[in-house]
Amino acid sequence: MAKADRIKIALVGNPNSGKTTLFNLLTGLNQKTGNFPGVTVDKKSGFSKLPDGTTAEIIDLPGTYSIYPKTLDEQIVQDILLDPEHSQYPDKVIVVTDASNLKRNLLLFTQIRDLGIPLVLVLNMMDVAQLKKLNIDLRGLSIDLGVKIIPTNSHSGDGIAALKEALTQPLVKSKKPFYDIYDLAPKTIDAIKTEFDLTENYRAYQYAQQSVRLNFLNDKEKEIIAKIKSENGFYDVPTQSQETLGRYQFISDIVDRNVKNSRDPLKKSVSQKIDRVVTHPVFGYLIFFTVLMLIFQAIFAWAEGPMNLIEGSIAEFSGWVKDILPEGILSDLLTDGVLAGLAGVLVFIPQIAILFAFIALLEESGYMSRAVFLMDKLMRKVGLNGKSVVPLISGMACAIPAIMATRNIESWKDRLITIFVTPFMSCSARLPVYAILIGLVVPEQQVLGVFNLQGLVLQALYLLGFLAAIGSAYVMKLILKTGQKSYFIMELPGYKIPSWKNIGLTIYDKSKTFVLEAGKIIIAISIVLWVLASYGFNDNFRNAEENVRQKVGVNASQEEYEVALSSYKLEHSVAGSFGKIIEPAIRPLGYDWKIGIALITSFAAREVFVGTMSTIYSIGASDDDEVTIRERLREEKNPETGGAMYTPAVAFSLMVFYAFAMQCMSTLAIVYRETKGWKWPIIQTVYMTAVAYISAFITYNIFS
Amino acid sequence: MRSLAELKKNERGIINGFKDDSLSVKLIEMGCLPGTEVSVELIAPFGDPIAIGVSGYCLSLRKDEAGCIMIED
Ligand SMILES: Nc1nc2c(ncn2[C@@H]2O[C@H](COP(=O)(O)OP(=O)(O)OP(=O)(O)O)[C@@H](O)[C@H]2O)c(=O)[nH]1
Ligand SMILES: [Mg+2]
Repeated sequence: MAKADRIKIALVGNPNSGKTTLFNLLTGLNQKTGNFPGVTVDKKSGFSKLPDGTTAEIIDLPGTYSIYPKTLDEQIVQDILLDPEHSQYPDKVIVVTDASNLKRNLLLFTQIRDLGIPLVLVLNMMDVAQLKKLNIDLRGLSIDLGVKIIPTNSHSGDGIAALKEALTQPLVKSKKPFYDIYDLAPKTIDAIKTEFDLTENYRAYQYAQQSVRLNFLNDKEKEIIAKIKSENGFYDVPTQSQETLGRYQFISDIVDRNVKNSRDPLKKSVSQKIDRVVTHPVFGYLIFFTVLMLIFQAIFAWAEGPMNLIEGSIAEFSGWVKDILPEGILSDLLTDGVLAGLAGVLVFIPQIAILFAFIALLEESGYMSRAVFLMDKLMRKVGLNGKSVVPLISGMACAIPAIMATRNIESWKDRLITIFVTPFMSCSARLPVYAILIGLVVPEQQVLGVFNLQGLVLQALYLLGFLAAIGSAYVMKLILKTGQKSYFIMELPGYKIPSWKNIGLTIYDKSKTFVLEAGKIIIAISIVLWVLASYGFNDNFRNAEENVRQKVGVNASQEEYEVALSSYKLEHSVAGSFGKIIEPAIRPLGYDWKIGIALITSFAAREVFVGTMSTIYSIGASDDDEVTIRERLREEKNPETGGAMYTPAVAFSLMVFYAFAMQCMSTLAIVYRETKGWKWPIIQTVYMTAVAYISAFITYNIFS
Repeated sequence: MRSLAELKKNERGIINGFKDDSLSVKLIEMGCLPGTEVSVELIAPFGDPIAIGVSGYCLSLRKDEAGCIMIED
């Protein structure tokens, strides 16, 4: 089918009404959902096959409470719906509402309806409405609202077939607006209609209300609108209040007529009971920290078995490859380069999956909004907003979606500070670095009988990141000055039993993406690194054999000679020379040139650290196969002291460095996009790297 | 006249009007309509923000914002 006649259908509705869940059902994709407002912050397209054989483009949009945006994500909805020339202007709209909370959800519906776009109304979450003992008269509602209504339950999939069927039918556009705004500003509306050649009164009214925010109008057009408004005495705010109140009057009548609540209003719901405990002055914070504690404990306690399994299999596989391939460059490249590098990420799948699972649970259950509620006061003290908690927590998975999630924060200053400090939160890419170093220097033992010591250290590192974020926010609060007042008005959705299938899919999807994305970079970097570490151009490298012979002496065995040769070659290879160049700068932190190489590659993305280390140590060692990375690091000797290279001082210094340093190109790119310039990404990089260097220096000196 | 910020936990009241114009637009959108009943459901540990039951759902807002909502005597 040609692109032109593929119809476009947009999902519009209040935040948290289930648009993305429906989108996933319609398109088969797996976009992120969550039981708190503001999960989706960008538009996303997918395709759906309708029963009549045609394919429709489905567009998922951020949630919005009305046609008047207050935040950047809501702005996206308005950009599309008010601009018929927009490439994604929909032919039809599915207005998604939360059936258990109809009154507020219908406001947006009436506004979209009056824009004159053909639409169908979905009453989603019918299961929740039933639990709340709401009896909804669907027929009556449909007649009163003048629209086709489809009831759905996106967890069970009920009603999806009916919705698809409805989308194939021509949806009639109603002649009469739901609420006639004409009398609010007759002259202004007439003038704008003539000037811009519009047919719907409500569209013309929107031009008047929102001209400054309409990105598709040019400055001259905006001037014309401003002139019309001032000539006719049109004031935005009072008219808008009047409009909203007028709409609600009709809506209230209709809802009261068609929705009957048969529950005793004085009986507390389960959500209310849970909330009493969760927001309790003492238990509230206790629960919050227990939840976080549990995550870190689980990461170490539950992942050990599967990790050993994966690690063992890779080492075995690598040994097998070495056996079947003829000795030479190809075999070396595959085993020492690619496989060694990949092992560095595959091993961490279990830990990363556990982290993702917990975050998904927090998000899907509804606890996330409670964390926001609990933390708002504290966050405000340091220049953040309760809503900053969402990016900070999802920053534990990855800073990129976390930084995008800040679009839901109304005030620019709050948002900017959140963007600035979010990369301090320890993301899943740091987890492998922490995990491997903790495994080296922290003994596996129980503390107080219940806590896993390694888990506690991991938790301390995450806490360190969080404190750095909070501290930096406070500094920025003092520096940045704005007159803009920040506010905080947020829906607290009821708790929901998560859809386990969705959680499973999310974990699978995220782990897969992590492995694939990290895998790509790691393979690329390991190959480049392997080449750079295996070849050199200086005299030392060229005369390696002779030099090493001389050094080890004639009495050395062939084996000793080979080990010495490998490490000598590595030291004088191209990569080795790079490491040597920066060695003086990192010596105060306790690092040698080998770690220097890993630091350099980590500036592309920190997850390559472990891969780089294992590539370097595989090359530097002789060909004893089937040794895992962890063992290699443990055996590494410090040439000066003769003791282990990875002393607690070095390991902790490295962990602190990785906790604070800005080592992620993708994050910088997102910060650039979200702040619209290079100023903030540059300040951020310099600041974070400085904090990292100084803190690592202090740590090294404390522990050594 | 009292504002919503002065209500105690579990206390109910009827919204009468708003003190702040620009904030009122957002609050009305969220279902805080003059004439509707509100109840204070939760108060966060340090006394701020609070959560109110209004128009059939739970809405959280700061004390400052609640202070803009006037309650009938
Ligand atoms: N019980 C129940 N839960 C649902 C239903 N539909 C969605 N949910 C849950 O409601 C929450 C919100 O769903 P989303 O699809 O993320 O909502 P959204 O409208 O995309 O939200 P935003 O992106 O924030 O605007 C998720 O936790 C879903 O699992 C339903 O029919 N019944
Ligand atoms: Mg969504």
